[in-house]
Amino acid sequence: MASREEAPQVNAGSMADIAFLLLIFFLVTTSIETDKGLKRMLPSESTSPPPPIPRRNILPILINAQDQLMVNNEVLEFKDLKMVTIDFLDNGGVSIESESYCDYCQGARDIKSSSNPDKAIVSLMSARETTYGVYITVQNELVAAYNALRNREAKRLYGVDFTALESLYVDSKTSLKAKATLKKKIRSIQKLFPMKLSEAERK
Amino acid sequence: MSKFKFKRNEKTPEVSTASLPDIVFMLLFFFMTVTVMKDDALKVVNELPNATQIKKLEMKDRVITIYIGKPAKPYDETLGEQPKIQISDRFVSIAELGSTVLEAINEKPEPIRAFVTISLKVDKKASMGLVDDVKDELRKINALKINYTTYEGDALRNSEN
Repeated sequence: MASREEAPQVNAGSMADIAFLLLIFFLVTTSIETDKGLKRMLPSESTSPPPPIPRRNILPILINAQDQLMVNNEVLEFKDLKMVTIDFLDNGGVSIESESYCDYCQGARDIKSSSNPDKAIVSLMSARETTYGVYITVQNELVAAYNALRNREAKRLYGVDFTALESLYVDSKTSLKAKATLKKKIRSIQKLFPMKLSEAERK
Repeated sequence: MSKFKFKRNEKTPEVSTASLPDIVFMLLFFFMTVTVMKDDALKVVNELPNATQIKKLEMKDRVITIYIGKPAKPYDETLGEQPKIQISDRFVSIAELGSTVLEAINEKPEPIRAFVTISLKVDKKASMGLVDDVKDELRKINALKINYTTYEGDALRNSEN
C-alpha cells in the first residue's frame, strides 16, 4: 500500500540554483555607497566686515580656472602643498618675550611668516571654472597638514595620534566616561592648532 | 592477511554537492547585509573624488544629500551638459535650493533638526562655480554643517581622468 511507504524526499538539488539567482539579484541591484568624507563648517552669514589681519598671518592659496595652484604668489605642485602649509602654521615667528609666543612650535620662526598657529589663517580662493576634484585635493592636503601637526602634539602630550583619539571618540563601543576625557583631550589639541580656513568671496 | 583491500573495480566517489546551497546562502546573506540600497535614483553623473583625510558620516538619519553633476543619460538630451543639482529624486534649481533643503530638514524629527549634516556628493569633473553657489545658499538658510563626500583614495590623482 502506498500510504505505508515513506514520504518521498523533496529534491534539494535545485536549491543552489534558487540561491544563486537571489545572490546575483542582490549583487546587481545594490551598490556599496560611500558614507565618508571631509567634514567642514561653513561660516555663518555676517554683514560686518572682517577685522584687518596682518599679511604675514595669511597663507593665500589660489586655484585658477586651469586648475593650477598658486601659494604665496608662487606656482606650486599639489604634492608640495601639505609641506608648505605645515611650515606656515608651525612657524611661530615672534620673539620669546612676546605674549603670543608659541612654545610648542617647531618651525623656522621666520618673521615674515605666521606669528602663532592660533592667528594663522589659510585663505582658499578658487575660480568658478575650477574642477571640483582639484578643489577637494587642496582641501584634503590642508586637512592633512592640520592632522599632521595635531598628531605630533597629541603624540607629545598623550602618546597617541590625534586621529586615533578622534576615531576612538566616535566609536560607539567607547564608554561615556571615556568619551568625556577624550573630548577634553581633543579640544586641547584643537586649541593648539585651530583650523582657520577662510574661503574668500570670489571677485 | 591484509586488512586493506584495493577496490580497483569501483568508481571514484562523487563529491557531495549537498552543502553547496549552504555556501551560496552564506554568500547571499553576506551581500544582503553589507550592501546598502540606494536611497535615491541618480539622475546626474556622480563620480566622487578621492580623499585620504576622511571621517565617517555618522547617523544616516541626520544626513541630507545633495548631488551635483552633469545630467545622466536620458536627461542630458533635454537638460544639456551643464552640471545640475539633484535633491532626493528631482532636479532643483539654485533658486529653489534653500527652500527644498529647509523642507527636507523640517521633515526630520524635531530633536535632530539642529544636527543635520548636508552631504555634498559632487562629481569630480563639475566646476566649483555651482558648488560655491550651493554653499552660499546653504549659508543663507543657516545649514552650516557640510560634508564633502568622497571615496577613500589618493587625492593627488583627482585631476586625472
